[in-house]
Amino acid sequence: MLGMAVFFSVAPFVLMVAISLKPPGEVFSPQFTLLPQQWHAVENYTLAFTKQPLLRFILNGLFVTACIFAAQALVALPCAYALAKLRWSGRNITFVFVLLGLLVPTQVAALPLYIGLWKLGLLDTYAAIILPSTISVFGIFLMRQYFMTVPDDLISAARLDGLGEFAIVWRIMLPTAMPALVAFGMLSFVWNWNDYFWPLLVIQTETLATPPLGVVFFNNAEAGTNYGALMAAATAVTAPLVLAFLFAQRWFIDGVTMSAVK
Amino acid sequence: MAETTLRLPVAAVALRPAPRTGALAEAFAGWTLAAPAIVLMWLMLLGPVVAVIVLSLTDWTLGAPAFRWIGLDNYLALTKDRVFWISLQNTLAYVAFTVPLSVFGGLALAMLVESASSLRGLYRTLLFLPVTSTLIAMALVFQFAFHPTVGLVNQALGAVGLPTTDWLKNPSTALYALGVIGIWQAIGLNMVLFLAGLKSIPRDLYEASAVDGADGAWERFRRVTWPMLGPSLLFVVTITAIRALQVFDTVQVLTDGGPNKATSVLLYQMYQEGFSFLRTAYAAALTCVFLGMVLLLTWMQTQLMEKKTHYG
Repeated sequence: MLGMAVFFSVAPFVLMVAISLKPPGEVFSPQFTLLPQQWHAVENYTLAFTKQPLLRFILNGLFVTACIFAAQALVALPCAYALAKLRWSGRNITFVFVLLGLLVPTQVAALPLYIGLWKLGLLDTYAAIILPSTISVFGIFLMRQYFMTVPDDLISAARLDGLGEFAIVWRIMLPTAMPALVAFGMLSFVWNWNDYFWPLLVIQTETLATPPLGVVFFNNAEAGTNYGALMAAATAVTAPLVLAFLFAQRWFIDGVTMSAVK
Repeated sequence: MAETTLRLPVAAVALRPAPRTGALAEAFAGWTLAAPAIVLMWLMLLGPVVAVIVLSLTDWTLGAPAFRWIGLDNYLALTKDRVFWISLQNTLAYVAFTVPLSVFGGLALAMLVESASSLRGLYRTLLFLPVTSTLIAMALVFQFAFHPTVGLVNQALGAVGLPTTDWLKNPSTALYALGVIGIWQAIGLNMVLFLAGLKSIPRDLYEASAVDGADGAWERFRRVTWPMLGPSLLFVVTITAIRALQVFDTVQVLTDGGPNKATSVLLYQMYQEGFSFLRTAYAAALTCVFLGMVLLLTWMQTQLMEKKTHYG
């Protein structure tokens, strides 16, 4: 039973890699074989990387997700600390707004954000992809929940040592909340790497495309003829995520579970 | 920092708590640490939501120099729009198809993994893998698998004599073919969420029910697991439904809303109206309908949660 489920779960991945190894003649053969009779891997992958700037797409993905997460952490951590541990007049209302933000799907903001970026002349730039994602209400929420469990004495001791509130965020709270931050980072990485809707709207130039958009450019360019090379591109784009996941699965799954335990 | 001390009668001073000298500094820190987040939150998320609602009450199109306030006319136009009703219907059908299968599939998998004697970690990893994959890339793999002649699905079905069709080009199956892709990706996530929920059920409850004579697998499920999973189930159903409402990627890449609008869904229509036809205000109205549906689902979840806590 479980075996069957695992089969269906993993089958598309296997299929993707299998096709990426085959020459065009074999891809459309009526008899399906797992391994190619004739290995065409080199040709397919070379075509994938040369016909379109696939490496560029992958590098864009890394760049964009890194920038986004860095910004998210810089913005969310201080705010989470302020919400969890400090007393200030705007605290409750801000938390209410964070919760409201969690309810709203990101696509709702698409039209006005697009118009705003258009007016600022920022369409079709890295900034267009990165800016809207710099605020992560999910990150604020997650880190706040975690920060609330940090003992107050730790913070009082730090204050007695002369640490300012800003320093406390980075030198006291951050180290204790590392697991939550890593989980947040993993989720942010996967979510932003895979985002298709927003880059589709704001990016026209090939060289700025993120991986999903890049694959679609590739698909359009090939006009659906060279499946082997297309699958090679798809594999290349999916591989970083799969590798990251296999490497850090504990954190991934913990992150997902943590966010569910609201 | 100046400290003001008031000269009050001794008794009153004794009753009042000592003023916290750091209070002002703390408030200042709170505001400044949260300021960037507050600004960005309004700029990128909450502000645009208000803007979309306002926009839907105008007749503005992208690039037009001026606009008029037309109140609810866009919404009236929506009710008369054949494509809107088709999109709405398709979206609801997609949700009705994918949510039960993803949720109960995820639950079944969680229970299977939980009761597996070994290799639990491996099963969990392999079953969660689809959740991390790039939907666009996997959609193209599925497109190949759904191919009418060389696709794996039809080859497998044909081998056992089951009917085959061009899954993505047949108007009556296209939406459900996309649904299969959606379920494939969602089921692993639900499994992980249910695993967490299952772990939180106290073991003693199972022992107690065994003492009461209910020890079969079905009895244990019916009397302990199912009731205790209530909150988890509610949560998983809600987020699966919200994610299903957001279906877009597979539609845009594989079917373009076709054939004959058979796979046109809410977000896809919003995308077309707003970014292909540049009917911005109309697309804003569509967005508001979409937002309304998501909020309705969330509201229903909170209402059901309230009911449950009153009983428990």
